[in-house]
Amino acid sequence: MHPIVSALKHHKTVVILVVLEIALTCAIVSNGIFIIGNHLATMRMQTGVADNELIWAESSGIGDASASASQASRAAADLAALRGMPGVKSAVITNSLPLSSTGSWGTCIARKAGGADADSVCTVIMYAGTTGVVNTLGIRLSQGRDFLSQEYQDYDPFQGSRAPPPSVIITRSLAEKMWPGEDPLGKPIFLGDRNSGVTHVVGVTDHLLNPSINKQSGADLNMLLPVTLTTGNMYVLRTQPGVRDATLRNLPKVLDRVDDQRIITENHSYSDTVSDYFHDDRALIWLLLVVIGCLLALTALGVIGLSSFWVQQRMHQIGIRRAIGATRRDILRYFQTENFLIVSAGIALGLGLAVALNLMLMKQYELPRLPLAYLPAAAIVLWLLGQLAVLGPALRAAAVPPVVATRSV
Amino acid sequence: MFGYYLDLALRSLKRNKVLTALMVLAIGLGIGASMTMITVLHVMTADPLPDKSVRLFYPQIDPQDMEGYTPGREPMDQFSWIDAMNLLHARKGSHQVATTGGRVTVRPPQGKSRAFFADARYTSSDFFSMFDVPFLYGSGWTADDDDRQARVAVISRTLADKLYGADHAVGQALRLGKDVFRVIGVVDHWDPVPHFYDLTQGSYHKTEDVFLPLETAIALGQGTSGNMNCWGHGGFPDPRNMKNANCVWMQFWVQLDTPTQVQAYREFLVHYSEQQKTLGRFQRPPNTRLHDLMGWLDYNHVVPGSVQLQALLALGFMLVCLVNTVALLLVKFLRRSSELGVRRAMGASKQSIFAQLLTEASLIGIAGGIAGLLLAFGGLWIVRHQPVEYAPYAHLDMAMLGATLVLALCATVLAAMFPAWRACRVQPARVLKIQ
Repeated sequence: MHPIVSALKHHKTVVILVVLEIALTCAIVSNGIFIIGNHLATMRMQTGVADNELIWAESSGIGDASASASQASRAAADLAALRGMPGVKSAVITNSLPLSSTGSWGTCIARKAGGADADSVCTVIMYAGTTGVVNTLGIRLSQGRDFLSQEYQDYDPFQGSRAPPPSVIITRSLAEKMWPGEDPLGKPIFLGDRNSGVTHVVGVTDHLLNPSINKQSGADLNMLLPVTLTTGNMYVLRTQPGVRDATLRNLPKVLDRVDDQRIITENHSYSDTVSDYFHDDRALIWLLLVVIGCLLALTALGVIGLSSFWVQQRMHQIGIRRAIGATRRDILRYFQTENFLIVSAGIALGLGLAVALNLMLMKQYELPRLPLAYLPAAAIVLWLLGQLAVLGPALRAAAVPPVVATRSV
Repeated sequence: MFGYYLDLALRSLKRNKVLTALMVLAIGLGIGASMTMITVLHVMTADPLPDKSVRLFYPQIDPQDMEGYTPGREPMDQFSWIDAMNLLHARKGSHQVATTGGRVTVRPPQGKSRAFFADARYTSSDFFSMFDVPFLYGSGWTADDDDRQARVAVISRTLADKLYGADHAVGQALRLGKDVFRVIGVVDHWDPVPHFYDLTQGSYHKTEDVFLPLETAIALGQGTSGNMNCWGHGGFPDPRNMKNANCVWMQFWVQLDTPTQVQAYREFLVHYSEQQKTLGRFQRPPNTRLHDLMGWLDYNHVVPGSVQLQALLALGFMLVCLVNTVALLLVKFLRRSSELGVRRAMGASKQSIFAQLLTEASLIGIAGGIAGLLLAFGGLWIVRHQPVEYAPYAHLDMAMLGATLVLALCATVLAAMFPAWRACRVQPARVLKIQ
């Protein structure tokens, strides 16, 4: 080890530059991989509904300021027409769907009537759906039961004085936040103006994502209310496997036949909606992958260039070492150890930089703290990369015959 | 002399093609990535009205009740109908405009095709002159039309083409839902980036297709769109009675031409808040702001965090590329110690060696810049194909094109400074002795 270190002392500037490059790469790569990991984790979350069998559409025909009786009859006619389509298992109206980014209603709910701030949970997302909503969406209940047909009621959360439907299905996250460690079934939830309305928990689901995932509401803090009509006016159809795309194409024609004065504003397969939701995440992941790839390649090429230079420069010394008894393996080892020392120094500095960069990102972009497990991972990647890069030049050095020592350049 | 250096540089670069290519690639990648992101940032932070932005101001007042009051908090960033109308009719600026977004159902003439939705802007009359909106035909409406609730409309060139053909749109009837308006003006292509006058629609929203007098549109109950913030216990407001709601949903802009006017307007806002408090409408102590246009964009953080993060990433990447280039250049120059030693021994001064090495580095920089430019074109092409609001504006203009090449050249020459300095310190006697 000692001769290697003293040899490196003769090339301080070059060594410092390479160490710096490796350190920067280490900092960027470890944070980059961490950000990728974060986004992948979000993308892998289960929506909680039957992703591949759902279609949704919105039309301007319902939900405008016209009288609610005619709205109800128009919605009923639309639903009947949609249910009549071949391959459609069921159809309902909801205000929103997980990850659809539209029709999101947030509210505060309380454990007690007229509850104080301490008794309420805020930014809870409200889903509302018409008869059969649980089965149509494919929500799996882990506890309790589905809504009964008489529980679907005329309810509009924007008129805070109206009594809510008698029953509600909530997510496990909401149950834990409302009543930590207790059985949520049968518990009352108060909502509306001054928490005057009451409803009771009849079912709990482990998975049902919010219309969008954000800091305020988290991923799945929500509840589902049974209603007869909602102002969100989103038609959701569950189709048999295989006929989804055909149904999607025919849907505008079917709705037009009911009323051709309407404007169909949305008509999508639900899996496309989910895919659109994660578009930014995918783009960022690709960007980071490309940048990380380029960085690693660049660092590797830098190491190759440098090692080649040193091998060429030390041709004479290598010849002498070989002549006085060093084996090929010794020479190979020498360059490998040298590379290991340089990369290790780079990593040591890089880990510090990585933590600093993460702290800055945490402050500016509300990223979580970098788990320490990412640091050894980045270190191993860089060590391997360094060894791989030095292998070529080191083998060339090992191939130098002892006779070179006797030649003058 | 320069010709000779150029010749030497080319020879040297040709001698080790792999190393040269590596350096050009490193510079190119760094420049390409940085320029893509800098261009996106440049577009996103652009001044939408360069000639006028310093004279346009967005005021803020705080009309809320005492519930949840924390002193020092920023006031609300929109206006209720009453406040917007009070400020509008006070006429304290050279021009002022109250406006809000909307969505209308356009029914094409003679049932040509199906009805469709269009984005609309409901605004008072000064909008067009204040924001320098270019007219292809006709003109905007007058303050008198505002007061009379005239049923007139200004439409975009795109919509005019679609409905009537742009050249004979003026004078035509425009059916929006159940109401009929007379088209009095056609706006030529006008797409300010960012969509500064109403950021609640999305900072890079497209310009609306239909412009209606504010009073008319609200009186007819045409649908509004955008953000709305309410306070108090009134519940959600009745959409037919927005004028009295305790909600902010309107934007207000004022043109102030002199610093004296700006100062006077600041005082007016405080005075107005005090007066409204005396009247019992406001409860909080006066809390007012007056941002100029660019200040307003800054206050609203129009540039998304993800774009800033990407720009940061690109700059970090560029830094690594530069460190890499410094290391490679150092290696390359030191390797030629003997050659440089001979030149020194034969009478070349340190300065001329330095100049020779920098010439060589500049060649690499220019080649890297061109490679970077190609990569930036590619990068921007990818950005334009992303479904983001600012995508259509991600273009490299001449200024950015020049900046790319200059940046590449400067970065490389800067990176070459240290290696060149090291290399020309070589002692001729020592190098020659070893040989």
